[in-house]
Amino acid sequence: KERTTIERVQMPGLDPIERIQYQDREVNLGLDEASAITEASRCMDCVNPTCIEGCPVSINIPKFIKNIERGEMHEAAKTLKETSALPAVCGRVCPQEKQCEAQCFYTLKLKKEPVAIGYLERFAADFEQNSGSISVPETAEKNNIKVAAIGSGPASLSFAGDMAKLGYDVTVFEALHEVGGVLKYGIPEFRLPNRVVDVELASLEKMGVKFERNFIVGRTASFDDLKEEGFHAFFVASGAGLPRFMNIPGENFNGILSSNEYLTRVNLMNAAKSEFDTPVLRGKNIAVIGGGNTAMDSVRTAKRLGAERAMIVYRRSREEMPARVEEVLHAEEEGIEFLNLNNPIEYFADENGRVNRMRLQKMELGEPDASGRRRPVVVEGSEYDIPVDVVVVAIGVSPNPLVPSELPELKVSRWGTIEVDPETMQSSIPDLFAGGDIVRGGATVILAMGDGRKAAAGMHQYLQTKQ
Amino acid sequence: MYQIVQKEQFSEKVVKLVVHAPRIARSRKPGHFIILRIDEQGERIPLTIAQADKGAGTISLVVQKVGISSTRLCEMNPGDQILDLVGPLGKATHIHKVGTVLACGGGVGIAPLLPIVEGFKKAGNRVVTVLAARSKDLIILEKEIRQWSDEVIIMTDDGSYGNKGLVTTGAEQVIQREQVDECIAIGPAVMMKFTALLTQKYNIPTQASLNAIMVDGTGMCGACRASVGGETKFTCIDGPEFNAHQIDFDELILRLGGYKNEEKEAWERVIG
Ligand SMILES: Cc1cc2nc3c(=O)[nH]c(=O)nc-3n(C[C@H](O)[C@H](O)[C@H](O)COP(=O)(O)OP(=O)(O)OC[C@H]3O[C@@H](n4cnc5c(N)ncnc54)[C@H](O)[C@@H]3O)c2cc1C
Ligand SMILES: Cc1cc2nc3c(=O)[nH]c(=O)nc-3n(C[C@H](O)[C@H](O)[C@H](O)COP(=O)(O)OP(=O)(O)OC[C@H]3O[C@@H](n4cnc5c(N)ncnc54)[C@H](O)[C@@H]3O)c2cc1C
Ligand code: SF4
Ligand code: SF4
Ligand code: FES
Ligand SMILES: [Mg+2]
Repeated sequence: KERTTIERVQMPGLDPIERIQYQDREVNLGLDEASAITEASRCMDCVNPTCIEGCPVSINIPKFIKNIERGEMHEAAKTLKETSALPAVCGRVCPQEKQCEAQCFYTLKLKKEPVAIGYLERFAADFEQNSGSISVPETAEKNNIKVAAIGSGPASLSFAGDMAKLGYDVTVFEALHEVGGVLKYGIPEFRLPNRVVDVELASLEKMGVKFERNFIVGRTASFDDLKEEGFHAFFVASGAGLPRFMNIPGENFNGILSSNEYLTRVNLMNAAKSEFDTPVLRGKNIAVIGGGNTAMDSVRTAKRLGAERAMIVYRRSREEMPARVEEVLHAEEEGIEFLNLNNPIEYFADENGRVNRMRLQKMELGEPDASGRRRPVVVEGSEYDIPVDVVVVAIGVSPNPLVPSELPELKVSRWGTIEVDPETMQSSIPDLFAGGDIVRGGATVILAMGDGRKAAAGMHQYLQTKQ
Repeated sequence: MYQIVQKEQFSEKVVKLVVHAPRIARSRKPGHFIILRIDEQGERIPLTIAQADKGAGTISLVVQKVGISSTRLCEMNPGDQILDLVGPLGKATHIHKVGTVLACGGGVGIAPLLPIVEGFKKAGNRVVTVLAARSKDLIILEKEIRQWSDEVIIMTDDGSYGNKGLVTTGAEQVIQREQVDECIAIGPAVMMKFTALLTQKYNIPTQASLNAIMVDGTGMCGACRASVGGETKFTCIDGPEFNAHQIDFDELILRLGGYKNEEKEAWERVIG
């Protein structure tokens, strides 16, 4: 087969030296039409497309790719939208190497590089966005049944899209002043430009979805208030916003902050731009604790804000890093230092309480733990100190407690996640559904979106039988 | 958008703004605060809800000029719009009947004290309030506070009004004179620190309302963390009021200076 002899396409990108000058320039530039078509021609349209099994929302991958190969880009985008509300987002941020691309025939059987499903997904979605003629999904006749989505991250957005299609009157409530959840306040511009998200928000608005910003459900108004105002059911997708710290000595010194604070200041509040009032801490030596996407986003932001040494401190080795492989590669290209197999144990500060030094301890890998990753073990007597001006803690988040604390009768797990029926996403309160990170703990954009779709189907059925 | 409907100048640096925010006016309780952002360039700053009028759908904020955001806000006028305003945030004050309550307010901390004093009075307590400030023109809301207090003692640093001395001088007089069952202190961190040390000496349960630096106010960023009883708490969702005898005030004071250099730069950039 000739198809299999074609090399996988390379994603064109900005030069590392140049791109670290800008907080807001996207690193990946996207495929041009010719290389997208060539890449699409690598797909063998397998009889048993295992790639689909790797995709949490079962996108019809060979179908959209064959559309690209034939040059039918709008059709490709349409195919994506049959199952995914935000293909331009997922094409950019899905951990493809663990999902669809891991299950591609090339990976599994040919031991070659997989078809670049993520790049092609982004290509088709961008093509449609750039063409200016975006297909707004058809909506059923309005049934005037009001439903609420709480939080405006990917779970709510996909829920809102599906419910609007079914004719419901959907309002999305967001605590912050900006809609999009982590897509806006967390993931930086250099990886996911806000305009990509805004296009999707605009098409939801065209479908009749309403957005209420600066509105904390449970606070600004209670669930009972909203019921009185005519809301029949709720979808809670309030995310896993609560940052975790390590509880080690000195962690509350100035200059030590969560990745959520750091990224929110820069992404939501524009703190890196001088005409905005919100401050952000800069420094020569910036250490970021953790090995996930949030850690990579923080450390690359630090580099862009002028750090001479922007360092990842991670207690396991590169292989165990949960971040997308591409982010780690990009970070390496940008001159990020990796202090792997290192763990902070204490911080020290100057007389103003500003951190100036951290104590690290070396680790080695032991036996695999429950997650299958090898457990880090302390190397006794290996402590040493390094100078730091800013430390960003990116070791994970816990479920946002706001909604559960307002609803004592809502069943939550030991970890504070909302318990739901995995098929319908219905919680212990019948008219309350939930999905995304508030159900899963920290997960992914595509899983959150999948939950939103399931919840829409579940809620629709519930409301139908109730009427 | 949230319209400013009324403005009152309390002193050169302290302004009361009445803002249209009907939902918040309805749902807020004493102790709650809001976070606002003046405009696109603005930062998110927390302010206590001093009063609310459900009928008119308004809340009152008392703002002291300390830096760029508070100054920009104090310069706004009736008819102007605040771009974003969210709330009510924080846990409401635990208001209950205990007997005699000693309420201590320092400077702009008098504003958040007002609804709490009102609440304790309405709950059937005897309320003695000590108001303290540097000088006479910084004693605010005296009339409103008097309405809900059995007695008001005024302290100024320079003796320009009431008695000369610090809040703790006035508070100690009350404690030595009569049985005090609970104390609440709101004001600058140093003032709360010394009030807490005083009441600890007399074993009086005391609440203090922390003014930690905040961003989102929903538990998402951890900027507002403070050590209480040896544990890290998030002021915006676990507080803002905590058992004053367990608060690490020295850490709080250091953390309030966490962005000093950056704040100075912003000030110089805009004001010159
Ligand atoms: C920095 C960072 C990078 C990431 N990178 C990736 C990546 O590359 N790929 C990937 O797949 N995943 C990534 N993730 C994870 C992914 O973003 C999340 O799994 C996903 O956003 C979860 O979506 P959600 O809809 O559950 O909620 P969120 O996106 O968390 O949004 C929840 C929203 O609800 C709001 N809210 C909370 N309570 C209330 C209330 N009571 N009323 C109103 N609003 C409320 C919050 O303000 C928030 O905006 C990343 C996460 C972070 C933080
Ligand atoms: C729960 C709470 C309730 C408050 N209520 C009131 C009130 O009713 N009236 C009032 O005048 N002030 C109140 N404050 C303080 C007020 O938020 C700050 O004075 C204001 O944010 C200062 O901003 P700035 O830009 O003017 O000053 P800056 O020059 O930026 O800072 C001056 C000082 O203010 C503090 N500060 C700065 N940014 C913040 C921030 N984002 N959040 C909190 N503190 C900050 C810091 O200690 C800083 O050193 C409250 C604070 C909290 C946490
Ligand atoms: S949504 Fe994600 S997992 Fe599914 S095909 Fe697209 S990139 Fe792959
Ligand atoms: S498994 Fe790979 S080659 Fe086969 S259909 Fe899917 S993407 Fe194409
Ligand atoms: S202000 Fe962000 S967690 Fe409290
Ligand atoms: Mg400021």
